[in-house]
Amino acid sequence: MQILSKLAFALGLGVAGLSGSAMAADVSGAGSSFVYPVLSKWSASFAEKTGNHVNYQSIGSGGGIAQIKAGTVDFGASDKPLDAAELKEFGLGQFPVVIGGIVPVYNIEGIEPGKLVLDGDVLARIFLGKISNWNDAAIAKLNPGLKLPTGQITVVHRADGSGTTFNFTNYLSKVSPEWKAAVGEGTAVQWPTGVGGKGNEGISAYIGQIKNSIGYAEYAYALKNHIGYALLTNANGKTVKPGNASFQAAAAGADWAHAQDFNLIMTNAPGDEAWPITATTWAIMYKQPKNAANSAVVFDFFRWSLTHGQAQAQELDYVALPDALTQKIEAYWQAQFKH
Amino acid sequence: MSTRIHRRRHAKNIAAQVLASAATLLALAFLVWILWETISRGLQAIGISLFTKITAYADQGGLANAIVGSAIIDAMAIALSAPIGVMAGAYLAEYARSTRLGATIRFLNDILLSAPSIVLGLFVYVIVVLPMTAVTNGTTTFSALAGSIALALIGLPVIVRTTDEMLQLVPSTLREAALSLGIPQWKLTVQVLMRAAGSGILTGVLLALARLSGETAPLLFTAFGNNYMAFGPLEKMASLPAAIYQYTNDPNPALHAIAWAGALLIALFVLALSLLARTVFARGKTSHD
Amino acid sequence: MSVASVTLDSNRGRDRTDARNDALFRWALRFCALLVLAALLGAALSTLWGGREVLFGDGWRFLTSAQWNPVENRYGAWAPIYGTLVTSLIAIVIAVPLSFGIALFLTEIAPAWLRAPIGTGIELLAAIPSIIYGMWGLFVFVPFMAAHVDPLLDASLGRLPWIGTLFQGPPLGLGLLTAGIVLAVMIVPFISSVMREVFQTVPVRLKESAYALGSTTWEVAWDIVLPYTRQAVIGGIFLGLGRALGETMAVTFVLGNAYGLTASLLMPGTSISSSIANEFNEAAGLHRSALIALGFLLFVVTFIVLLIARWMLRSLQRKAGKA
Repeated sequence: MQILSKLAFALGLGVAGLSGSAMAADVSGAGSSFVYPVLSKWSASFAEKTGNHVNYQSIGSGGGIAQIKAGTVDFGASDKPLDAAELKEFGLGQFPVVIGGIVPVYNIEGIEPGKLVLDGDVLARIFLGKISNWNDAAIAKLNPGLKLPTGQITVVHRADGSGTTFNFTNYLSKVSPEWKAAVGEGTAVQWPTGVGGKGNEGISAYIGQIKNSIGYAEYAYALKNHIGYALLTNANGKTVKPGNASFQAAAAGADWAHAQDFNLIMTNAPGDEAWPITATTWAIMYKQPKNAANSAVVFDFFRWSLTHGQAQAQELDYVALPDALTQKIEAYWQAQFKH
Repeated sequence: MSTRIHRRRHAKNIAAQVLASAATLLALAFLVWILWETISRGLQAIGISLFTKITAYADQGGLANAIVGSAIIDAMAIALSAPIGVMAGAYLAEYARSTRLGATIRFLNDILLSAPSIVLGLFVYVIVVLPMTAVTNGTTTFSALAGSIALALIGLPVIVRTTDEMLQLVPSTLREAALSLGIPQWKLTVQVLMRAAGSGILTGVLLALARLSGETAPLLFTAFGNNYMAFGPLEKMASLPAAIYQYTNDPNPALHAIAWAGALLIALFVLALSLLARTVFARGKTSHD
Repeated sequence: MSVASVTLDSNRGRDRTDARNDALFRWALRFCALLVLAALLGAALSTLWGGREVLFGDGWRFLTSAQWNPVENRYGAWAPIYGTLVTSLIAIVIAVPLSFGIALFLTEIAPAWLRAPIGTGIELLAAIPSIIYGMWGLFVFVPFMAAHVDPLLDASLGRLPWIGTLFQGPPLGLGLLTAGIVLAVMIVPFISSVMREVFQTVPVRLKESAYALGSTTWEVAWDIVLPYTRQAVIGGIFLGLGRALGETMAVTFVLGNAYGLTASLLMPGTSISSSIANEFNEAAGLHRSALIALGFLLFVVTFIVLLIARWMLRSLQRKAGKA
């Protein structure tokens, strides 16, 4: 092992002279795949403006946290916030960069996208396997005008660990004590029933192929790939449609003022218009970075993105951060990070 | 009576021949089916911009940096694994043909051949990326070099195995003749035996290249990936398999098409290499006969 | 290996440099061979080290428990082990007769001009990268199984007593059987090329005398060729099995990735390598340790399978040496 690493080093030092790439700054980040589409869009625009390259790779939120802790990247991105103790232990700070929605998706013959209505309790019981047929009375009660077929429900969930799963199971845990006791929340959980698809493409392929199936996916994925998605009844008892307006309502109604280190999970948000499964992605950085120059570029990047990048975010079906939140993030940077 | 037995034997024989032919046809059908799907889906996104634009521009982009990255990482991986693999194979064939050490290495080499590639990537992360990060104080972390070391570990066992086998096939009369002329062992191995087994060894190297060029998992934690063009061995670098992996998971269907195009590029590259390897090997064989 | 060279007085100086170069050469080669040894041992030991919390903390419970609960941090490897073994077994059951047919066709039945191109075609199946098998499986083969094969099996074999439970279930298209079939296609080229090679080692005299006695092609294959090459054929099968056990991407996309244990082959399952590939990126702490421990288990299983293959092949070599 040592021999190999020594050999690698000798080779590495030998070629180091050849690389000599001291052009504009190259900074890197890793983590959540939820933000990958918008981060790469921002990165391309930012590169055109400044010449600085922000290289973001979606290796998963867990991977992003592990890599920032190992100091191999300049920032991490996670769909699940770190708690105060963990942030303190590693000298890290975190702030939200993107907000978006997760929707239940389905394939039921004769039922078009946006027609099926579900609530948290029914959704939880479907994913628990307790409601196993589309003709169940509980579903019919929520959909008086809809002719639901008789057919065994197949649950489709993510097989890979994912922030999308974390937000979805977090929501189910909040609205269903039964789910919380039996399964709980996490980037991966022990699913009581169903099949697991790898990544978003696995989910959309399975939903497309398996009749009478139900799963969950990022809103943009459902929309762009023409998969049926359901409406949900929110915390205020109102039925809402997924989309920019309802995601924004959830973000605006959240109590960011009292959330230390922005540690606030927006699922089951209050408000008549609020979409109940709204998700946030946080960027995680060192407060005293080893590479201060790179860190400064990352701040420039996010400052630019949170002000000028919001239109691009909306094009990709994410939500622009509320102004109050953006200001709070700027204040957090000034107070917490060394520049 | 005897004609009935005869007829039954005959029928059985016909049935066996038909089934054997059907089995062959079935396997070929799968080959055609898989290739057809890859080609028909991949062709939709193949165009000039695929080769000229980088991945940073997403659906308006291409795979230029991933293609260049894969070329660099694969070339370095083969440059690392070919000499080491050929020398290790030569050791097994010429010095350790029936020693216990030889048997042990051969056996472990076969295990390395079927080891899960993600585990090899993780291993390289621990022995290369983390020390590199510590030594350079975070200025160099993930690198194309680390990626190529991980891929080299995947190609290595293929080269070792074929070199060993090909050298063992060289007739011992050639060795005896050379030794009786007083040629030293190293010269005999390098100039006589390796030349005789040259085409077979080259086949092994090409097969190793074919095998390592389709790998994704070991690259994520070693070469990392890059949305921009990079050429330096110590830079983070994009690769085709990793770009495919990322694009298939994106909400944008236009990117799924680019992913298929990328898959088609890899498939064509690998199939071309395999065919080249067979031609080289067949040529080599006939020229010695 | 001592070189009995002809030494002449005038050549003594050159001999000495030659001897030195030889020694140097030998050590360089030996170093490279040891590097291969170090790489494998390093990789295997790093999984043992990374998985130590689970392997030594839970011991046998890790092997026998079917619980895989990341929320409560309790992990058992039985479901992935079961899925790995079942899919590999299905792959072998399908691939072995198929490969035998192909080898028979290519050595005894096909006209000589057809053998090389068809042989190449079959071996190209081994050259297709596994990510492409995975994508083809997900988008093409799974729907095909759901539409045509699963309903047929459910309605026919699924009705039978005893073995019926193996083939019952909704037509999902994905599951243990689909994964097994895809694996079978992937390992057919390995097994068939070994079979083909060893079939050619059967002495022509032996075959020809059988033909002269009026044997049919099938009888020669079944009664002469197969018994003669049995051990090597079994060795080749185990090599294919080794490959099937570690396959990741192709399986992950079609297996259905569910940790439950089901008797029906039409239902989803999980495997060691796809569990690692699926969950590794998001895993931390004990979860990550459990996944790395799975990697170690895979090394162990592969080790055992290859050990058996080697033993089989060696006994063939001994037999061939006597003949």
